[in-house]
Amino acid sequence: MAYSEKVVDHYEHPRNVGTLDKSSSEVGTGLVGAPECGDVMRLQIRVNPETQVIEDAKFKTFGCGSAIASSSLATEWVKGKTVAEALTISNTDIVKELALPPVKIHCSVLAEDAIRAAIGDWKKKNNVTEAAGVAVAAH
Amino acid sequence: MAETLGLNITQSHETLPPGVKLPIYMDNHATTPLDPRVLEAMMPYLTGIFGNAASRNHSFGWEAEQGVEKAREQIAKLIGATSKEIIFTSGATESTNLALKGVAEMYRERGNHIITQVTEHKATLDTCKRLEKSGCRVTYLPVMADGLIDIEDLKRAIVTEGPDKTIIVSIMYANNEIGVIQPVQEIGKLCHEHGIIFHTDAVQAVGKIPVNVQTDNIDLLSLSGHKIYGPKGVGALYVRRRNPRVQLAEQINGGGHERGMRSGTLNVPGIVGLGAACELCLNEMTAEAAREIELRDYLKAKLEKALDYVQVNGNMEHHLPGNLNMSFVYVEGESLLMGINDIAVSSGSACTSATLEPSYVLKALGLGDDVAHSSIRFGLGRFNTKAEVDYVSDKIIEVVQHLRELSPLYEMVKEGIDLSKIEWAAH
Repeated sequence: MAYSEKVVDHYEHPRNVGTLDKSSSEVGTGLVGAPECGDVMRLQIRVNPETQVIEDAKFKTFGCGSAIASSSLATEWVKGKTVAEALTISNTDIVKELALPPVKIHCSVLAEDAIRAAIGDWKKKNNVTEAAGVAVAAH
Repeated sequence: MAETLGLNITQSHETLPPGVKLPIYMDNHATTPLDPRVLEAMMPYLTGIFGNAASRNHSFGWEAEQGVEKAREQIAKLIGATSKEIIFTSGATESTNLALKGVAEMYRERGNHIITQVTEHKATLDTCKRLEKSGCRVTYLPVMADGLIDIEDLKRAIVTEGPDKTIIVSIMYANNEIGVIQPVQEIGKLCHEHGIIFHTDAVQAVGKIPVNVQTDNIDLLSLSGHKIYGPKGVGALYVRRRNPRVQLAEQINGGGHERGMRSGTLNVPGIVGLGAACELCLNEMTAEAAREIELRDYLKAKLEKALDYVQVNGNMEHHLPGNLNMSFVYVEGESLLMGINDIAVSSGSACTSATLEPSYVLKALGLGDDVAHSSIRFGLGRFNTKAEVDYVSDKIIEVVQHLRELSPLYEMVKEGIDLSKIEWAAH
């Protein structure tokens, strides 16, 4: 299949590959997907406890080129955003940016899930509950 | 860290080693290029000699018929048959359809039970499914972890009495994905002891390894032109004429060509090409098989040396010379193919297919979906060189390493985490 230039670029030069210390209270980790489905994404964020700004993000993904590109793009987008802002990123934005074909939409959904899971993990660690349910429900 | 990662899949061709031209074709189980010598044999039949081989009353027909009869002999010689036992078809899918449907219909009064196995090509499996709809009972034997059938399973599956009596066993000679060669001789012997007809889909085996319908106890054999450096759209079915004589109910009517078993004007240039391809295989098989085994073992050794967590799929002792099926665990197959897009190989992953299901053949060996998703089938053929194998192995190593840097699974396994203990959220 033909990949868009942006997918190829993220595949060849993935941004923010790596691992953050998941035991740190500032770090939220989202692990989504399953090996038998052919997609596993791990997205991690490091949040400034004062400002709630995501200061760093890292990912590792087992999956097709579109899955790699979706998660790579997700780390780029969440960096510098507040937690609340990051929750507004939707899979359709990722589909549009990467020009994903219909058969690859599930990759973008997984990337959105990964962002939400990472933020959810951070919130749980830091007992942040307010607005979380609202943001998810609004989606 | 992010800055250190990089992979150039769109590299320039200037740095290529001598003897390597991109893209590289290493998918010879799917199809093979036409050998120039085959084309040369076909040319007169594409240009001057155009007669209908069934035209009995003029020289145009006789000339065409001569070409066809020579091909029949060339094919028969390759598989130890006689030329009268060769029926031309449009390809092995048609041959298999004719064999199974033809026997099921012809021998209905004898019984209605068919035995096959789960890693057969879809030509066999889909034909069997169709026959089930029309009242046949089909047993699909499992395979062992190495891809071979257990002959004891076959013995148990055979029905010797009653209306459910077994009439035909259809087991492929060699598998198209994992290259495993089934114990055909033993299967054929068992069938003959019970008066059961034995069909084998020998598409991947004929021309690559010695196949002999006499010593292998084969009654029906399907073969194809385009897998042996011949043209597409032509194949043959071997139909045994004595000990026992096999009869088939024809599936295509109209004119009674091919001893009534397959009507339709013969594809003379294709048939001539198939014959020439068989003759080349017969003459060169021993040397070519040895060459391909050497290349394949070299490829395997190089990959195993450079990479951890790789596994070879299928029994390597009973194996086609040019086949290597390998899983690069913790790397997803489609992403691997994306990184080696100047190399034509096949993936066990079917991520882009509608079902998202990985290879049913690999699953039948008991491979988990994740390992099946990470598999690559290398199909070495007559025109592959050592320089190409070097290029391919270097590229695979580079891309697998790149993708493992990206793989959370690889990282977790390296840290000693048992992936099977994690509760994955299946999606």
